[in-house]
Amino acid sequence: MRSLGLDVLWKGKNFLRLLGGLWVAVRISLISVAVSIALGLVLGVLVTGQSRVLKALFRVYLEIVRIMPQMVLLFVVYFGTTRVFGWDLSAELSAVIVFSFWGAAEMGDLVRGALISIPRIQYESAEALGLSAGQAYRYVILPQTVRRLIPLSINLITRMIKTTSLVMMIGMVEVLKVAQQIIEANRRTSPNAAFGLFAVVLLLYFAICWPISRLASYLEKRWA
Amino acid sequence: MENALLEIKGLKKAYGEHIVLDGLDLAVDRGEVVVVIGPSGCGKSTLLRCVNALEDIQGGEVRLNGEPVRRDGKNISQMRQKIGMVFQSYDLFPHKTILENILLAPTKVQKRPRPEAESEALELLARVGLAGRRDDYPRQLSGGQKQRVAIVRALIMHPEILLLDEITAALDPEMVHEVLQVVLGLARSGSTMLIVTHEMAFARAIADRVVFLEDGHIVEESREPKAFFDRPATDRARQFLRTFEY
Repeated sequence: MRSLGLDVLWKGKNFLRLLGGLWVAVRISLISVAVSIALGLVLGVLVTGQSRVLKALFRVYLEIVRIMPQMVLLFVVYFGTTRVFGWDLSAELSAVIVFSFWGAAEMGDLVRGALISIPRIQYESAEALGLSAGQAYRYVILPQTVRRLIPLSINLITRMIKTTSLVMMIGMVEVLKVAQQIIEANRRTSPNAAFGLFAVVLLLYFAICWPISRLASYLEKRWA
Repeated sequence: MENALLEIKGLKKAYGEHIVLDGLDLAVDRGEVVVVIGPSGCGKSTLLRCVNALEDIQGGEVRLNGEPVRRDGKNISQMRQKIGMVFQSYDLFPHKTILENILLAPTKVQKRPRPEAESEALELLARVGLAGRRDDYPRQLSGGQKQRVAIVRALIMHPEILLLDEITAALDPEMVHEVLQVVLGLARSGSTMLIVTHEMAFARAIADRVVFLEDGHIVEESREPKAFFDRPATDRARQFLRTFEY
């Protein structure tokens, strides 16, 4: 068998650089996930309310997010809006905006789904015991909503982490870009580095996403 | 009728054009067990849901001890604490243990000290044969067990009247008995109950009064349940009871 091209990994500070790139990806995900959860909760509660206008607007928003490839959104925000509106957006801020725009829509839909999946009679049996509307939400409805929401939102979170690999397209040096740079720089001495380094990148993504996904199935079982 | 515990007067309930209860009058005395029977869709469950104001009503009134029970009333929480309700599908809170299900309302609504409420909860659980299940979750219990817990959850509030809405309809036949035994025990100890059921033998055994409801009206009412089940006065009741014979 030919060389796997892993030798490059230990040259200079290559491995540390990869970890640095991973941190960029994780940082964008963390911020975007936090913003998405906050906005998504508000959106989800709003669209389960009475207003038809809000419902319609949210549908449109959600469809846009689902239809538009994230990469196109990134290009529009980073290359497009900076010219048209003349503002100064860093690549990282553009990425956070796009990922939050996406995450808030999907999270809002998950919250909406979790809220309406709680049977109406749960609310009624709380009311029948004399609980006020606020108490019914606090002790009966919301705890069940959160339990349904966590496994679903963890799925969204891992998808967002994986999708951060797109931000290298707007010039950010995250883990995949670092790998590419290392491979390019060692093209002559280690032509097989593409295999080894991209495989390592896969493992790094795995190392981040797997624990999160385990947590999801643990919570799912515990709260089934 | 002056001193009836529960008074329902001219109760009207409609969903849009569809009238479910059309000016219904019914009174339940303290200590009385009233059983409401009737074909599906006759409004019996809706009647119970109107009594504790889970439904908006379009006319008439419900009074408990002379005090109006109104959905938008300021004291609706106090009134509901006096009206215990058990549903067909038990509707325990799935994220709480059996004990927490029972203690939620006494500790959060009535603000009773937990040790006192807990010892009563355990007493009641023992009474329905579930002392060992306090830390289980509802999903670990059979339907009959869940329904007994739901009864305990209502009883711990010390309601003045219990509404039982087809509490055995969702149960396997062999679990019906264990639940009905509990209800019979309550009746013997003098509880006031308004019961909707399809179990005719049970209705006959427990009722002080039988009310036969159809199309939102009381068609027949009898203080002699045995006589009612053997020889109903109206043709409609006779036809209805015949559907339970094979």
